Amino acid sequence: MALQELTYRDALRKALADAMTENPDVVILGEEVGRYGGAYGVTKDLIKEFGAERVIDTPISEPAIVGAAVGAAMTGLRPVAELMYVDFIGMTMDQLANQAAKIRYMFGGQIGVPMVLRTQGGTGRSAGAQHSQSLEAYVMHTPGLRLAMPATVADAYHLLRMALTKPDPVVFIEHKALYTMKESVDLDAEPLTWGKAAVRREGRDLVIVTYSRQLHYCLEAARTMSAQGIEATVIDLRTLNPLDFDTIRAHVERTGRAMVVSEGVMTAGVAAELSARITEECFDFLEDPVVRVTGEDIPISVSTVLETGSVPGPQLIADTALRMLAGRVPA
Amino acid sequence: MYEADLRATAGRNMAGRVGAGANTRLPELYRTMRRIRTFEERVGELFVRGQSAGSMLHLSIGEESAAAGVCANLRDGDSFTTHHRGHGIFLARGADPARMMAEIGGKEAGYCHGKGGSMHIADMGLGHLGANAIVGGGIPAVVGAGLSARHHKTGAVSVAFFGDGATGQGILYESMNMAALWHLPCVFVCINNQYGMGTNIAQATANPNLHERAAAFGLAAETVDGLDVEAVAEAAERLVEGARAGKPAFLAVSCYRFYGHARKDKSPYRDPVEEEAGRRQDPVAFARAALIDRGLESESELDRLDTEIGAEMDATIDFTVAQTEPPLASMFRDVYAPEEPEPEPVRARIDRVLARD
Repeated sequence: MALQELTYRDALRKALADAMTENPDVVILGEEVGRYGGAYGVTKDLIKEFGAERVIDTPISEPAIVGAAVGAAMTGLRPVAELMYVDFIGMTMDQLANQAAKIRYMFGGQIGVPMVLRTQGGTGRSAGAQHSQSLEAYVMHTPGLRLAMPATVADAYHLLRMALTKPDPVVFIEHKALYTMKESVDLDAEPLTWGKAAVRREGRDLVIVTYSRQLHYCLEAARTMSAQGIEATVIDLRTLNPLDFDTIRAHVERTGRAMVVSEGVMTAGVAAELSARITEECFDFLEDPVVRVTGEDIPISVSTVLETGSVPGPQLIADTALRMLAGRVPA
Repeated sequence: MYEADLRATAGRNMAGRVGAGANTRLPELYRTMRRIRTFEERVGELFVRGQSAGSMLHLSIGEESAAAGVCANLRDGDSFTTHHRGHGIFLARGADPARMMAEIGGKEAGYCHGKGGSMHIADMGLGHLGANAIVGGGIPAVVGAGLSARHHKTGAVSVAFFGDGATGQGILYESMNMAALWHLPCVFVCINNQYGMGTNIAQATANPNLHERAAAFGLAAETVDGLDVEAVAEAAERLVEGARAGKPAFLAVSCYRFYGHARKDKSPYRDPVEEEAGRRQDPVAFARAALIDRGLESESELDRLDTEIGAEMDATIDFTVAQTEPPLASMFRDVYAPEEPEPEPVRARIDRVLARD
């Protein structure tokens, strides 16, 4: 229907508001989610609309925020717990990884934990080593947790709405550098399927697999490459669990080259897992090694120069692709 | 002589007790405690017979009054979480001991189909939101259950049971703070058996008056002597009903862990003299003596009851031994909801990767 101009932040807020209107059991709990309106403004004014018993300001107690959400989800609520920064996830890892992720399994399938843990990560605000990380690998490494990382305004809305219908705990990691991004979106349009990657661009020469903010860098790099005669396919995973490997496989088999781009540190990261899978499953189709373009294996600095330099950008992505394609045999 | 001592103590305790006559809950409390004691003894037997799934079996012998006394005040619809030493609590809430034993044996017929075992047993039907093998791990769930009860106006309370060891975990204080702040129907029950694994409470804190911590957060808080199950039940009644009305509470039950931390622990870190004195603080024997002393039951009636319970619990072992192991393929079940695809087995993936046309 109607296109509207929305920011990523507005879309998230609208997803929460729509879900709360539709389902009276949806409650939000977290630090500064109510009166303050959320550290990044996502829950602004929801408390006015839904009251303090559904938009619950909590003490600074991350483990108990997640733990309370677990108990609430087991007893008939639909909680959305907010972790102000993904960097604080270590504080909550028992409740998240030992409790939320394992309750269905340990208890033999008697009950699930239908909760959403909203948080945000990544670089872009000179927020330093403890407020800028990309820790999705911690989550992806834990069976039982679903993981969504929206890169676009439409996905911010639809993935959050879908997360709030899922029977298992979903960790929903937003990117702090995307909150002000604007897009014209039609929120009434049929959303993409949960667990299905989006092919954001199609090209014959190589596949770039990415997610979250790096999608935009990959698309920018693809435009640069296109000007030099190289056409890339760019896949936005949207959810890392479930992981849509079928889409990756189909495009890698077609192009024979794959690059994985992630803002997280390289070692034992999401890109490592994706690279290993592509290598194992598409080995016979590969012309080149699968190349990981990732964050450096170092903490994030507060200096803008060091911060920007420690994560991939369009230039590195384009340069890497051009080098991969430099020795190709023309079709 | 020991029995005589107990009776004398029981008699003294009864001197000022209100409602000591026909309305007493003591016979039922005794029965619950005796069932717990006997069940735990049979768990030990299952282990000795090599029929338990592992040796991480934590017995609550000596602590029965906490389970019986608190659970006597819970209703249908109430929920609870327990620590890893929680068999007794679950039994006191009405668990089927045969399905419990089968779970402890890792069998398909167990409450969690052999995936949980002693430390992760749960039953949503009875409001058991789960036993926990992480010290303090199950505590914040009752805050969430309290939020649900408030939201849905069910009048239910949610009780977290944990040991003195959990008083060293921050999550307890975070949870009590939230419960007090939001006036949630939550009760925090600390079963202080004096030991977190091998560490005595005196080696773990400078202030062992644990209820003072809860009081500092604004909870109604008491400590009760676990020797006397009626005293536990009375304190729990006050606190549980208070919590139902929006005043969350904390109850420390002082008792003594009669045996080691888990089945293989012979507690070499404890002085035998201390152990002997500790085991004299026996809530089951104390209640039995009180029943006889007050003429509520005769010795032979209680003997008959004990024998009946013995037979009931013997049968749980026979049941468990006869049960089948869970099918191997069930390991991929319940990682995610039933309508979701199961994770691909490693062997299937290897076959796919190495398949050659």
